Amino acid sequence: MDLNSLISILLGGMAAGMVLFIVSVGLSVTMGLMGFVNLAHGAFAMLGGYAIVLSMRHWGLPFPAALAFGFVAVATVSVVFERLLYAPLYRARELDQVLLTIGLNFALIAAVTLGVGPETQTVQLPGWLSGQTDLGLLQYRTYSLVLIVAGTVLMLALLFGFERTRIGARIRAAVDNRRMAQSMGVDVGRLFTLTFALGSGLAAVGGGLGAEILGLDPQYPFRYLVYFLIVVAVGGLGRISGVFFAAILIGVLDFVLKIYFPKGGTLFIYALTLILLLARPQGLFGKKGS
Amino acid sequence: MNAPMELARRHRLQWWEALPWIAALACFFAFPNYLAFGTQVLVTILFALSLDLVLGYAGIVTLGHAAFFGAGAYTVGMMAMHWGWNEPLSGLLAAALVAGAIGLASGLVLLRTQGLALLMLTLCTMALLEQAANMGAEWTGGFDGMPGLSFGKIFGLFGFDVLYYKSQYLYALATLLICFLAVRTLVYSSFGQSLTGIRENLLRMHAVGAPVRARQVIAYTISAALAGVAGALFAQANGYVNLAVLGLERSAGVLIVLILGGYGRLYGAFVGAIAYMLLEHLLAKAYPTAWQLGLGVTLIVVALFARNGVIGMFDALRRRFGGTRT
Repeated sequence: MDLNSLISILLGGMAAGMVLFIVSVGLSVTMGLMGFVNLAHGAFAMLGGYAIVLSMRHWGLPFPAALAFGFVAVATVSVVFERLLYAPLYRARELDQVLLTIGLNFALIAAVTLGVGPETQTVQLPGWLSGQTDLGLLQYRTYSLVLIVAGTVLMLALLFGFERTRIGARIRAAVDNRRMAQSMGVDVGRLFTLTFALGSGLAAVGGGLGAEILGLDPQYPFRYLVYFLIVVAVGGLGRISGVFFAAILIGVLDFVLKIYFPKGGTLFIYALTLILLLARPQGLFGKKGS
Repeated sequence: MNAPMELARRHRLQWWEALPWIAALACFFAFPNYLAFGTQVLVTILFALSLDLVLGYAGIVTLGHAAFFGAGAYTVGMMAMHWGWNEPLSGLLAAALVAGAIGLASGLVLLRTQGLALLMLTLCTMALLEQAANMGAEWTGGFDGMPGLSFGKIFGLFGFDVLYYKSQYLYALATLLICFLAVRTLVYSSFGQSLTGIRENLLRMHAVGAPVRARQVIAYTISAALAGVAGALFAQANGYVNLAVLGLERSAGVLIVLILGGYGRLYGAFVGAIAYMLLEHLLAKAYPTAWQLGLGVTLIVVALFARNGVIGMFDALRRRFGGTRT
């Protein structure tokens, strides 16, 4: 294999990994905060994708504005869901949380199918994103490169917010030890609503950005649920950099396997995840006991 | 009546426990045109019953139970396809052994974890088997599965095929009865009581010196074997096996069936499977999207307000209006 194809495989995998990161990072933080098993996270990504695609098609919003709209719309909707549906089950058993969020998946899938239709939606990328960029060694799709840059910037921004701001410190404290944080006067409930909205909004952006790579149709939530969960489980709960590296790892691995073992290459990802979680139930980058 | 006698009496077979089986036989005569559907319901009951053992009694939350259903279905499918082994009863036994072995092997390692990691591991195990079935196309038929399987006669006497609905129904009913009696005996034994203990208070069970892990693994293995039998019945009754027997949708489906009926109470699987399958039969074909929406909303409502399923709701009503008898 020559250097060029190696680089292009790496870049393609990283672009897919960035999408996985943007969608999954919120899930990691909210699961880490409340221990809430949120299987409906993918459905928020789907909603966002639809909001972005439809607002571009019907209102003629430019792509960046549509992304912002998707973020705000889904963040708002998710807060409503969080207050009405999630909040009563914070102390409930895992099973009830699983049921609630599976039900939410079904309901949202059906709502989208009824409202928009079962067909696959495509994102009309603006001209400046759809061409190729000369990287010196090779030409590569501009959009993938933009995804990689955007994902990295987002990771750094989140990391900064997480490590250097007061709210970030509170979130970290609550993830590590919720009861202790509460007794120190941190309002974990409000913190959770906030991070939930942020995480769902990011998932929405990820759904829109990733529609090019992952596709966008009503079956999206169930098709990619396992992937998002694997990223979170491998990255460790509530670890932003962990989720970032896990997402890139899985994105690249998946990209390579799809090329060399087009039939059932994902077998290896499942097998690796299985082995990893057995050895380290807290994930590759997670802290022990969190 | 004093407490020990009351406790002992609780586990004896009650007269009303014969009713479901009489009803099932009545259906056999009353609805001769719906026996194929009836067989599907019976298979679902058995599958949900197997899940009840791990979820309802041992308290292990799994999203990957279809792995064992699929293992059973593929076992009889591959035996019939490649070895021409289509004797149905030994097929069920083989399916139970294979699924049980997978349950034992995966249970030994998976059950060391709990919470999210356990949920993910059960999911991954199932996805792994699904991909394996997809990849091993020479053996499993890959994406297309194995259509057009045929099976021999039961005891060499009763024709058993997609065309023989009557013997199929009775065969499934008899299998379910045997499995149900086994599960019933198990959950009312001291073993079953210790499972309930593990579900209710893990820490205390460790503290009193119960072999928690071993008990969980045994329950997981037995449950896997039963799910394998259900999968084998499914394959034999339909005459095909495909990847859908192993998917997340099937796992989620059986979870929904059990939850709607009420888990940890033996008959929840019956109520849930009948209610779910009937509704699905009536609605899903005609209005698939509305069915999905209704299912989603129902699940949300159940999770928020009726955590013990349909039977649990009746229990609550009875407690409220029926005096003190529990």
